Amino acid sequence: MLLDAQGITKRFGGVLALDDVTFSIRTGEIYGLIGPNGAGKTSLFNVLTGIYPADGGHFVFNGKPLSGLKPNDVAARGIARTFQNIRLFGNLSALENVMIGRHVRTRAGVFGAIVRDRRTRDEERAIEKRAYELLAFVGVHRRANDLAKHLAYGDQRRLEIARALATDPRLLALDEPAAGMNATETSGLRTLLERIRGDGTTVLLIEHDMKLVMTICDRVLVLDYGRKIAEGAAADVQKDEKVIAAYLGTNVELDLKRA
Amino acid sequence: MIPTRPGVMPLASPLAAIRSHRAVAWIGIALFAVALAVLPFVLAGHFGTAWVRITNLAILYCFLALGLNIVVGFAVLLDLGYIAFYGVGAYVYALLASPHFGLHLPFWVILPIGALVACVFGVLLGTPTLKLRGDYLAIVTLGFGEIVRIFLNNLSRPFNLTNGAQGITLIDPFRIDGYNFGRVHAVGTLTFTTPINYYYFLLVVLIAVVALNLRLQNSRIGRAWEAIREDEIAARAMGINTRNMKLLAFAMGASFGGIAGGMFSAMQGFISPESFVLVESIMVLSMVVLGGMGNVFGVIVGALLLSFVPEVLRYNVGPVQIAVFGRTLIDPEVIRMLLFGLALVLMMLFRPAGILPSAVRKREFETRPAQGPAPGS
Repeated sequence: MLLDAQGITKRFGGVLALDDVTFSIRTGEIYGLIGPNGAGKTSLFNVLTGIYPADGGHFVFNGKPLSGLKPNDVAARGIARTFQNIRLFGNLSALENVMIGRHVRTRAGVFGAIVRDRRTRDEERAIEKRAYELLAFVGVHRRANDLAKHLAYGDQRRLEIARALATDPRLLALDEPAAGMNATETSGLRTLLERIRGDGTTVLLIEHDMKLVMTICDRVLVLDYGRKIAEGAAADVQKDEKVIAAYLGTNVELDLKRA
Repeated sequence: MIPTRPGVMPLASPLAAIRSHRAVAWIGIALFAVALAVLPFVLAGHFGTAWVRITNLAILYCFLALGLNIVVGFAVLLDLGYIAFYGVGAYVYALLASPHFGLHLPFWVILPIGALVACVFGVLLGTPTLKLRGDYLAIVTLGFGEIVRIFLNNLSRPFNLTNGAQGITLIDPFRIDGYNFGRVHAVGTLTFTTPINYYYFLLVVLIAVVALNLRLQNSRIGRAWEAIREDEIAARAMGINTRNMKLLAFAMGASFGGIAGGMFSAMQGFISPESFVLVESIMVLSMVVLGGMGNVFGVIVGALLLSFVPEVLRYNVGPVQIAVFGRTLIDPEVIRMLLFGLALVLMMLFRPAGILPSAVRKREFETRPAQGPAPGS
């Protein structure tokens, strides 16, 4: 198990966003997280990555507990994320965005910045090289020197993934990466996710695009009103009555069989 | 390589163009260096030694602007009490090189100590306050600046640390290998007065500080500050310890202020809390904003403008009014403040990013109101 979550609970005032959620993610799989809007998916991300402290329960990641860690420490431990509303560094270039992703795995400090000794220069070269590689990996290398805010929507989504990959994560948590994408772009995203899995990175994926989820996710967790209502192989979850009732609706099964 | 359409000749000799540009650049730099080297003598000869002193103060303001630029420009933390670090550095020098405690350490020992003490104060200020946002941080830093000034003004009892409002006098000038900066030296036909001595020292240190700032900006640390400025939540999610980075900005900015303070002490020979008041903090902030937050050369332009223009006005506003109107209509001091305020207002209306905006700041101002991603692919 790469990630073990036990009894995660989170309250925002009177709203119970997460209610005793328990699940686990295996190394190397693509794990989907689905549920209606407001089910608590992004809250789960935020609690996992340290933006909010959990009110109950704990995470164990890679054998070590994650409680009380700040977001930057969570990233150092090996969990990187993207955001539902794309949070790129808009006024910086695509390349600089990915280079900043390398911050947590590099070391040059003030002394290195000022003196620019051999080790710092080598590190800077390595950062830039890796950033170009990642841009090429996600397919945005032609826009490397363009400002992030000027990129097309699909490219921005992929740039955010490249920036997250730059932190060398063991678990890549993507928050609705296919949102706003058409069929072609989604297909490209699917290919990208398969390559990421092929490189050994585990992926946690919030998505509303059911076709994408069912075709690429190994296992799926379903939340509704902050509670877990199903967890298991994508095909099994698809048939679960509770899931269908809460979220998928009765016709979707037929649509998916046709697709 | 510049891509060309088939059949079209590429630029005949792009390399030669670059080479000649380089040559032009080097000649320009050399001429500029010569101008800087002879400037003090030209000023002293044609306008009086007072102008060399004014130039030295302008260079000190450049240091302050560069230091504040790290806090306000690189990391975007609003600091309204920056002059406190200047004061700390000045008093550290004064206490270690004057009859006050009877200590007379050499300047190259004291300046680093001053930087270190100012740095500690910067961390002291930053540690409890960095959770605050924008306006609240500004007010707290303003309070800090005032607290430091009040302490400087009152620490004469029970133990006379700062000599209170009277300040500290007879501060040692710099001495290198027997060359006393506080004495007049005749070298050939040239007369090196005290201000001229300090001018060259300040110039050399300024060049070093500018190089340092440029390197800092273009480094892993500089990128981390940019990330925090763009989107702090995303920066944190990418593993940047935003709190430490902000503290680092405070500490570095404070150290520059501390070094400048030490040089100020030695140059003036006398310091008092009166030099480290709130309006000075605001003046330095104005230099940074006017010149171009985040742009190292921009803030230098801002500092030079706001140092020289009031002085030029002071000497000319009276005579000009007499020449044009026959008498002084408005007090020169009042006109100074009027024009100063007017200039700032006009700048904010027409060029809010500053005279020489940093590239990133310029883009930020171009995109108000907020834009989404470019349409199409």
